[in-house]
Amino acid sequence: MSEATYSGNDIQLVVFKLGREEYGVSILQVQEIKRITEITRVPHSPDYIKGVMNLRGSVLPVIDLKKRLSLPPEEYTEDTRIIIIKVEEIVVGMIVDAVSEVTTIDQNSIEPPQAVVGGIAADYLSGVGKLENRLLILLNTDAIIGMGQEVKAS
Amino acid sequence: MDINQYMGMFLEESREHLQTLNSCLLDLENDPGNLTVLDEIFRSAHTIKGMSATMGFTTIAELTHEMENVLDMLRKGTLAANDDITDILFKCVDTLEQLVESVSSNSDATIEIQPLISRLIAIAKGEPVSGTGEPSVRQATGTKEEAVLHEGVKLDDTEYNVVKSARKQGLECYEVHVSLRVGCLLKSARSYMVMNALEELGEVIKSVPAVEELEKENFDNSFQVVVLTTVDAEKIETAVLNVSEVEKVEVFPSVLADESAAAPTPPQAETQTDKPVAVKKESSAVSKPEKPNTNEHTEKKLKGGQSVRVDIDKLDSLLNLVGELVINKTRLEQIGLTHRLSELVETIEQMDRVTTDLQTVVMKVRMVPVGQVFNRFPRMVRDLSRELNKEINLIIQGEETELDRTVIDEIGDPLVHLLRNSIDHGIEHPAERQAKGKNPVGEVRLIARHEGNNVIIMVEDDGKGINADAIKQKAVDKGMITQAEADKLEPAEAVRLVFLPGFSTAETITDVSGRGVGMDAVKTKIESLGGMVDVETKINGGSKFKIRLPLTLAIIQALLVNVSEEIYAIPLGTIDSTINITPQDIKTIQNQEVILLRGQIIPIVRLANVLNVPTANTQNDEELFVVIVHMGENRAGIIVDTLIGQQEIVIKSMGKLLAGIKVIAGATILGNGQVALILDVGALKQ
Repeated sequence: MSEATYSGNDIQLVVFKLGREEYGVSILQVQEIKRITEITRVPHSPDYIKGVMNLRGSVLPVIDLKKRLSLPPEEYTEDTRIIIIKVEEIVVGMIVDAVSEVTTIDQNSIEPPQAVVGGIAADYLSGVGKLENRLLILLNTDAIIGMGQEVKAS
Repeated sequence: MDINQYMGMFLEESREHLQTLNSCLLDLENDPGNLTVLDEIFRSAHTIKGMSATMGFTTIAELTHEMENVLDMLRKGTLAANDDITDILFKCVDTLEQLVESVSSNSDATIEIQPLISRLIAIAKGEPVSGTGEPSVRQATGTKEEAVLHEGVKLDDTEYNVVKSARKQGLECYEVHVSLRVGCLLKSARSYMVMNALEELGEVIKSVPAVEELEKENFDNSFQVVVLTTVDAEKIETAVLNVSEVEKVEVFPSVLADESAAAPTPPQAETQTDKPVAVKKESSAVSKPEKPNTNEHTEKKLKGGQSVRVDIDKLDSLLNLVGELVINKTRLEQIGLTHRLSELVETIEQMDRVTTDLQTVVMKVRMVPVGQVFNRFPRMVRDLSRELNKEINLIIQGEETELDRTVIDEIGDPLVHLLRNSIDHGIEHPAERQAKGKNPVGEVRLIARHEGNNVIIMVEDDGKGINADAIKQKAVDKGMITQAEADKLEPAEAVRLVFLPGFSTAETITDVSGRGVGMDAVKTKIESLGGMVDVETKINGGSKFKIRLPLTLAIIQALLVNVSEEIYAIPLGTIDSTINITPQDIKTIQNQEVILLRGQIIPIVRLANVLNVPTANTQNDEELFVVIVHMGENRAGIIVDTLIGQQEIVIKSMGKLLAGIKVIAGATILGNGQVALILDVGALKQ
C-alpha cells in the first residue's frame, strides 16, 4: 500500500455517514464525491442498484448503500452525496447521507467485523476501526458492488 | 542496430504475404497450371525471403528459399503441381506462420523446419530436371538485366517509352549513382530508404541492380537508379545524402539516345516465360509502379503506399471523442431551441453538418471489408473437408462489404463455428449425397451484404438440414422444455432451440441429427455485438444461418419514447413503423394481446409492464402509441405512452455490474445530461 510508506501501518479513509453511523472507505478507492444528481432507474436490476448516472459522459451504476446494508431509508437532504469508487476497473457511485472528513487510522486498531456485528451485513464490512471514542465501520467494497455475483433479470 | 524499427513492418508484411500465399495456393490447387497464380506465390515467398534475410531470421529465409526452388520449377514447367506438392507447400506456409508468430511473440520455441526442407529438396530432385535446385532461382530472376547494364543504365522498350512520354510532360530523367559506405550493416534497408527518398521527389522507373537484388543485398556498395522528376539534380543529391551511411551520390541527366531502344534483347527473350512481368511487379512493390501495365498487384501496393497504419486504440478514442461531441451538439441544440437565438441556431446548424460529416468519416475509417475475416475460410474449409472426406465447394460472396473494425475482430469465431457445423454436420458424405440424388460435391455459401443499416452475413449449406423433431426430443430429454411445450412448437421454432444455452455439448449433439456445437456461444457473441442470428432449415435441403449485424456499434439513430416519467430509446434499425390505436383494437389470443395490422397478427408488449415502470395508471387512454418492431423474422408492437422523437444517440456501456440485464442493451446520455436506457428489442419477447 502506498500510503503505508509514510507512516507504518496507517491508512487513510474517507469518512461518511449513513443514518447515525460513521463509515469509512479507503481513500485509494475513492475517485470523487458528487452532489446527488439525476439517477435513471434500471429495470430488472438488483434492488440495491438505485440506477445509473452520468459522470461527465460516462454512464455508471449507483448503489443505494443503505439498502445494500439493510438500513432504513431516509429522504435525501442537502448533505446527501454520491461517492464514486473504483474497485478493480469497476466504477460505481454510492449514495451516502453525508461525507464528513478524511482521516488516518492505524491498521492495528481495526478489528474484524465478526467480532462486533453478526448477520448478513457483516459480509459487506471489512472491519471496525477505533478512533479515539469513535467507531468507524470499514466497508468491504468488493462485496458491496457484488463482485462475483450474477446480476439476474427478475 | 535498430532492427526493431523495421520489426512492425516486417511482421505485418509477412502476415500479408502469408495470407496471399494461402489463398494463391488454394487457387493453384484448383488450377495447377495457372502461371499467374504461380508468379504471385513466387513473389510472395520471395518477398518474405528477402525481408527475413534482411532482418536476420535465417530459418524463415532458409525455408522460403527451398520453397522458391520448388516454385520456380513449377513455374518453369519442369515440375507439375500435384496434390502432394501443394500439401507440402501448405505445410510450409503453416510453418512460416508459426515462425513469424514466434518472432512476433519473441518466443524462443524452436520450430523444426528440417523435415520440410528435406522434402522440398526431394521434390526438387525427384524430377530429373537440370536444376540442382538452389542457385538457379536467384540467378535466373536476377541476372538478366544486370548483365546488360553496367556502365550507363540502359532502358528497355517500355521504360524507354515511359521516359519519352514523361519528357513531353516536362519531367526530367536522371540517373542517380549511389554508393554506400563500406561496411554498411543494413545495405538493403539503406537502399530502400534511398528509394523512398527518390520516390518522394519523383518516379523511380528502374534500378540496377533490380530492387529485389537490392533487397537481398546482392550488390557491392553501389547501385544506380533512374528517376523521373521535376526537381533538379542538386535536390536529388541532397535528398539521397540525407540517408545515413550513403557515401557518395552522383546525379547525371540521363541521355536518352536512341541506341538504348536498340538493346531490348534481354527483356524480349524472356517475355514468353512471363518473367519480366514478375520482376517488374516485384520491383514496383518497393518502388512506385510506373509501368502502364499496372495490374492488380501493383495497384494494391500503390494503395498501401498511400495509407497509414493506425493503432485501433487511437481510432477508438477518436470515436469516443466524436461521441462526446455529438452529445454536446445535441445539448447545444436544445439550448438554442429554448432561447431562440437565431444566430446561435444557425451556428448550431453548421456545427451539426460538420459533426455529422466528421462522424461519417470516423465511422468510415473504422470500416474494414469482411473479406479480412472471410479470406481465412477457404483454407479452413479445404482442410476440414479433407479431414472429413467430404467434397465441399465454398462460395464466398460480398467480401467487400464493410463492417466496423470491432465487429470484424469479433465475428471470426462465430463464423468458424457456423462453417464447421455446416461442414461437419450439414453436408453429407459424397456417397450419401449421391444416393439422395444430390451433387456429390456439397456447397457451402458464405454471403455478406448490406441491408439498410445492417450487414447480413449468411452461412448456407445444401446438406441434410436440421431435424426439428430430433431437436425437440433432445430439448425435452434435457429438461429444457416440457413435452407439452415441445408439441406446440412449430418446426421453425423448434430449430431455434439449438441456440438455447446448455442445449448442446459436442458429445450429445452428434447423437442427434447434428448441429448445435456451441450455438448458444454463437448467439451470445452476436448479440453482444448488437446483432441477431436466426436459422432456417429444410430437411435434405440444407440450412441457412442468418446473422444480422449493425453497421456500427457506437452511434445510432433511435426513437425516444416516454413510459410514464421514464425515457427509453428504441434503435431505429429495429423499428418498422409507429401507429396509433385505440384500446378496442387490442384483441387477445390465449391471453396474449395482439393487434391486426394490415392483415397480420402482431403480438403486443406493454413496455410499462415489461420494465416494471412505477406507473400512474394511465392505461385507459383514448389513444395508444404502438411502435412496431421486428426481432429476427418476428414482429411485435410495443405500447408506449408518448413518442418524443428521433435522435442520434451514442451508445454507452453500463459497465460490468449491470451487464447481465436483459431487455436493456445499454444507455445513452441525452441532450440535457440525463441518462436514458436503450431497449434491447430482441430480448423483449421473453
